[in-house]
Amino acid sequence: MQWQLRGDRPIYQQLVEQLTERIVSGGLRAGDKVPPVRELAAEAGVNPNTMQRALADMEREGLLYTNRTSGRYVTEDSMLIEKVREQIADERIAAFLAGMRQLGFSAQEVAALLVKHKGEEEENGTEQ
Amino acid sequence: MEQNNELIVCQGLTKRYGGKTALDDLDLTLGRGRFIGLLGPNGSGKTTVIKLINGLLQPTSGSITVDGEKPGVHTHSIVSYLPDRPYLNDWMRVCDLLDFFADFYADFDRVKANDMLESLSISPLARLKTLSKGTKEKVQLILVMSRRAQLYVLDEPIAGVDPAARDYILSTILSNYSEQASVVMSTHLIADIERVLDEVIFLKEGRLMLHESVDTIREEHGKSVDMLFREVFVC
Repeated sequence: MQWQLRGDRPIYQQLVEQLTERIVSGGLRAGDKVPPVRELAAEAGVNPNTMQRALADMEREGLLYTNRTSGRYVTEDSMLIEKVREQIADERIAAFLAGMRQLGFSAQEVAALLVKHKGEEEENGTEQ
Repeated sequence: MEQNNELIVCQGLTKRYGGKTALDDLDLTLGRGRFIGLLGPNGSGKTTVIKLINGLLQPTSGSITVDGEKPGVHTHSIVSYLPDRPYLNDWMRVCDLLDFFADFYADFDRVKANDMLESLSISPLARLKTLSKGTKEKVQLILVMSRRAQLYVLDEPIAGVDPAARDYILSTILSNYSEQASVVMSTHLIADIERVLDEVIFLKEGRLMLHESVDTIREEHGKSVDMLFREVFVC
């Protein structure tokens, strides 16, 4: 997986977001073992302490849990994962709508554009 | 042996060169298991701090301890230091340098050094003087990072190294230092290293301006350490 880290926000927050996305998109499934901290840190090119902080944060949210003897796992609570997935969708839609409003589109116009765009995608066969 | 959590403690640390004050009343405590960036414009006192840590300079006033002791025989055995300029005999072969380090330092890990040389395609038989500036720097850094030290003090370690090797070196430093060890690194290449740092120290004209965790800086200022540096030290 590609890690994209930007300069203007805390690194651990960005790690949390990207790991969460990995979970809700199925890259890491419910009950999967999470790679060791050092391995994830090396992959993202960040300090292990920072990765540790991100993972601890996700444990607090309940997305991960630690088994004292065998390591860290993704939660088996698929309802929670679904809830987080919907939360992220809400946030992205809100950001998208705010951007469209900035461009002067009304909600109806945006809806119409989305329908039109979906039609074009299907025609071009770009949708999976 | 019991270890105290404070690896470096400076109290009122001051260094004057004749009339010029290079370091002015520095109070600083650095813990273990941290990757610390020592940042500041040219002439702000970075190398002076590093030389004081290594006992190459004596404080004019104030004190510095490393692992609870004044820089000396004990601290030399636990501190691995990369100076800001070449200091190795350049007629020596890379493999001679490995012998040299193994003789000097009980904690030198030759296997690790050979692994790193191989990853960077540096021949152990090459004489130092036949290597390019960047490759010489890589060799020195490999030697220094192959010690199982408690503190690595690196003065401008990556300046002459190409970006690809820089990434390799940073990941090597990250994967090599143990949970009990800390790294103090001075550099101007902030953007390249800030994602691996835990905390940064800003020095300005010999005074401590800021000692903060990288994520706290990003949280409070909404900008990267690199951007903050450019703002604070704008010319």
